[in-house]
Amino acid sequence: MSSRQASLPSLSLENVAVIRGNRLVLRNLTVTARAGDIIWIRGANGCGKSTLLRLVAGLLTVTSGAVKAEGRIALADESLALDANVTVEHALQFWADLDGASASERSAALADMDLQGLAKIPVRFLSTGQRKRASIARVLASKAEIWLLDEPYNGLDSASCARLDQAITSRAASGGIVFVAAHQPPSINVAHSLVLDNQGVAA
Amino acid sequence: MKSFIALVTREVRLAWTGGGLWLPIVFYLAVATLFPFVTGPDKALLARTGGGILWIAALLATLLPIERLILPDRQSGVLDQLALRGWSDELVATAKIAGQIVAFALPLLLATVVGSALIGLPEAQLGTLLLGLALALPALAGLSVMIAALTAGLSGASALGGLLLVPLTIPLLIFGAGTLAEDPRNAMQLLAATSLAITALSPFAAGAALRAGRI
Repeated sequence: MSSRQASLPSLSLENVAVIRGNRLVLRNLTVTARAGDIIWIRGANGCGKSTLLRLVAGLLTVTSGAVKAEGRIALADESLALDANVTVEHALQFWADLDGASASERSAALADMDLQGLAKIPVRFLSTGQRKRASIARVLASKAEIWLLDEPYNGLDSASCARLDQAITSRAASGGIVFVAAHQPPSINVAHSLVLDNQGVAA
Repeated sequence: MKSFIALVTREVRLAWTGGGLWLPIVFYLAVATLFPFVTGPDKALLARTGGGILWIAALLATLLPIERLILPDRQSGVLDQLALRGWSDELVATAKIAGQIVAFALPLLLATVVGSALIGLPEAQLGTLLLGLALALPALAGLSVMIAALTAGLSGASALGGLLLVPLTIPLLIFGAGTLAEDPRNAMQLLAATSLAITALSPFAAGAALRAGRI
């Protein structure tokens, strides 16, 4: 029982402050997330939502405070990170191989985002919404326990939003942690709603 | 190791499909083709200076793909995704250097055979020239990745890259030209040592530049 609990993902930020470009973006931020949590991060433009996700991903360092994450992390932000000149299938395969995902897991990720019909299309020919779905499929195939989704609903049609909701719910139900930074409230039950004000403080 | 090979393979594929390979090779051969037009059909002069010209052409050819080496991956988020998976920036730089060597070195050496024929280089000098270039190409790849990492995202990155790269290649050029002398052994050893030092150090410099450029 204890070894099972030890493998569960967890994430905590304690009194975190971040300065970027001489601006205090986040301050006094304390967040704790446990397996099964879906956390909706909201706030005005520039309040630090993306900074918070990049911080959790380890792409930024804190100015003060501490970030502790247990579990593999996957990030889908505004950057697609898929090679434009190869097919969707091959672009996803590159990351899936690095993540140790099998061909069936990759196919399942494509199916979950309804991308099977576009698998043989070069990434550069995808529409904005299709690119977003491909980016989310990369996260799905990663086998990561902690998902960081930055504005994941932007550009998605209602059917794709529902698919994404389903994927998020499944990930949380299987013991994962999902952070969703979005202006619109997700149509799924969220464990916490983290509101950042213009000073980067959790309200 | 499997992941490292996957990243190197991706670099080679990007170089071969994105114009990062054929543009420098065409440029290299264009220099070799145009040089006799400038000097005239003086076989002795061509034989004496041709090796040096091919060295300079090779050096300049390495400049051409600099903007393709780091900037697209930074803009598309590939570097962030690699960092997220625990790849150190130095390891990413090493993979990029290895990819550049694989993608660029062999075609350039093949182009050298063609180029030396166009210039009329003596056959005896061709082997020395190929060996010298083969020794220098890893260092040129290391320098180009390092400069690409330093200048990625800066305005005028191409010009700045050239300004930074050319002085750093002077030792390679000096020892490379030295290998074309009658007794190339000492120059070849110095060239190998210089190339080894640059190749070994460039991933660290490139990695630091990649880290500094992360926003």
